[in-house]
Amino acid sequence: MALEFERPILELEEKIRALEATAREQQLDLSEEIGLLKEKLARLEREIFQGLTPWQRVQLARAPGRPTTLDVAEGIFEAYAELKGDRAFADDPAVVGGVARLEGRPVVFVGHQKGRNTKENIARNFGMPHPEGYRKAMRLMDLADKEGVPFLAFIDTPGAYPGISAEERGQAWVIARSIQRMSRLRVPAVAVILGEGGSGGALAIGVGNRVLIMENAWYSVISPESCAAILWHDAKEAERAAAALKLTARDLLALGVVDRVVPEPGGGAHRNPEAALAELKRALLESLEELAGLDPDALWQDRYRRFRGLGAYQES
Amino acid sequence: MALDRLFRRRRTRGGGREVPELWVRCPGCDAQVYKRDLEQSLWVCPECGYHHRVPVETYVAILADEGSFEPTTGAIRPTDPLGFVDTEPYPERLARYQKKTGRPDAIYGGRAAIGGVPSVLLVMDYAFAGGSMGSVVGEEIARGAELAAREDRALVIVTASGGARMQEGALSLMQMAKTTMALDLVFQKRLPYLAILTDPTTGGVTASFATLADVILAEPGALIGFAGPRVIKQTIRQDLPEGFQRAEFLKKHGLVDEVVDRRKLKETVVRLLRLTYPGEADGA
Repeated sequence: MALEFERPILELEEKIRALEATAREQQLDLSEEIGLLKEKLARLEREIFQGLTPWQRVQLARAPGRPTTLDVAEGIFEAYAELKGDRAFADDPAVVGGVARLEGRPVVFVGHQKGRNTKENIARNFGMPHPEGYRKAMRLMDLADKEGVPFLAFIDTPGAYPGISAEERGQAWVIARSIQRMSRLRVPAVAVILGEGGSGGALAIGVGNRVLIMENAWYSVISPESCAAILWHDAKEAERAAAALKLTARDLLALGVVDRVVPEPGGGAHRNPEAALAELKRALLESLEELAGLDPDALWQDRYRRFRGLGAYQES
Repeated sequence: MALDRLFRRRRTRGGGREVPELWVRCPGCDAQVYKRDLEQSLWVCPECGYHHRVPVETYVAILADEGSFEPTTGAIRPTDPLGFVDTEPYPERLARYQKKTGRPDAIYGGRAAIGGVPSVLLVMDYAFAGGSMGSVVGEEIARGAELAAREDRALVIVTASGGARMQEGALSLMQMAKTTMALDLVFQKRLPYLAILTDPTTGGVTASFATLADVILAEPGALIGFAGPRVIKQTIRQDLPEGFQRAEFLKKHGLVDEVVDRRKLKETVVRLLRLTYPGEADGA
């Protein structure tokens, strides 16, 4: 399923593939033609991706095939074991996490988990956690502190689940606790917005010493659809809302909300997950390197300074 | 500040009442209540206990010992970091609320003694953009927590908020982390933090500093939750149960310590602060 603005790229790719097949079958030398088309493809991709609107990036952030937390675990860790359950009520499939090795060093990780297709997405509740998911995350933060190993958080949620059971079990309470627990980590913490960073449900695992964002991910106080529904009384105004909210990676870097943008390969992470994960791994290792010399108190201070300084106001 | 003077100044808005000066129709029980009686009972309906919304100054008057309140908020003003325009530009929206409330943003507070306990008292103003939390509200909460820690004061926050403020985008979201972390300065000094949740308290405020208090009190009937009822209804496409997300529902689910009638608020807060403030010799 292609996004509207991706179509010209996909069509050209199709043409190249057809030409390559013809060349093979009929043993013709079409390398010159194919070479030209490939150049054209690269140009087209650059053109389209340089001019992406915020709303198009929101669509990319949601594109099927984009690496999920478990794809990241598969792609960047030499080994990992998923740990399950919140030790209180249930295991929330919308949040995954566990212990892992990253370039030989032990780490604990957690992340929102979306499905890779509709059936999986229903099982994963579209990456929208219940309170159990955040309790699982906190349990893993405890583990990182106990082991004294870095904590990695991968954010990819439209938001925490807004439902009756979630409210009954204190969704707001547990998000607040998770923010607090993560801010108190005694180990280096790096958070990455992989795809969607929907509001408090994202921030609950976003209190890192470093906060990274994939080039086509978004992070916002509210989803563009909900924002549009409230401000313009029409969810179809989401495109306007996406622009107004300044939710793209570059905007967030300018606001100081994120520290680093992880570049995605041409065409977006969903079209070349391996290349995207290689960039992500490099950025994670560099961030951990920056934090390597800090003791637990210095790490807390670093996190306090980072978040204490965020906001825009005038002294009068 | 004397309570009765404050209430006499308060003007009721809206029309359609038969005798607007003297009588108020109670939304809780439909009774026509004599306004003077309502004022005497801190705007709690004497017939049914319905809690009317009251201005922020009323909470200061209720909670702060007479003559003890000294405002510390108001030195910072909101800006327009995103250049946000919806149906009107954000700066114009702000100017309108500033004119209406006489405040730079949706929070008011300062130093106070509460039953003799030195405190920092902060009250959110729902009349200002639905009490939404942007950079200024977040900064004032953080500064209030830092002030409490620095001067060994208890922290008392009265919340009323629709959540984080959309017009400041991700910076509003970051206030959830900022306020949460600032509370740790209070906790590190073993000072008490007490929150009073009033109608309504939802979204990013509930999901950050409001629910991290040592003691959480709620006003009767107050709507408190993460998602608003409309959003939940749209998501699950079902009607919501009676009393859902109301203070009494939350108490039943173990999420708040006590639902407290406004007429008992001061004595309840004083009792709790005296029991939790370090070095209070007479626990009673």
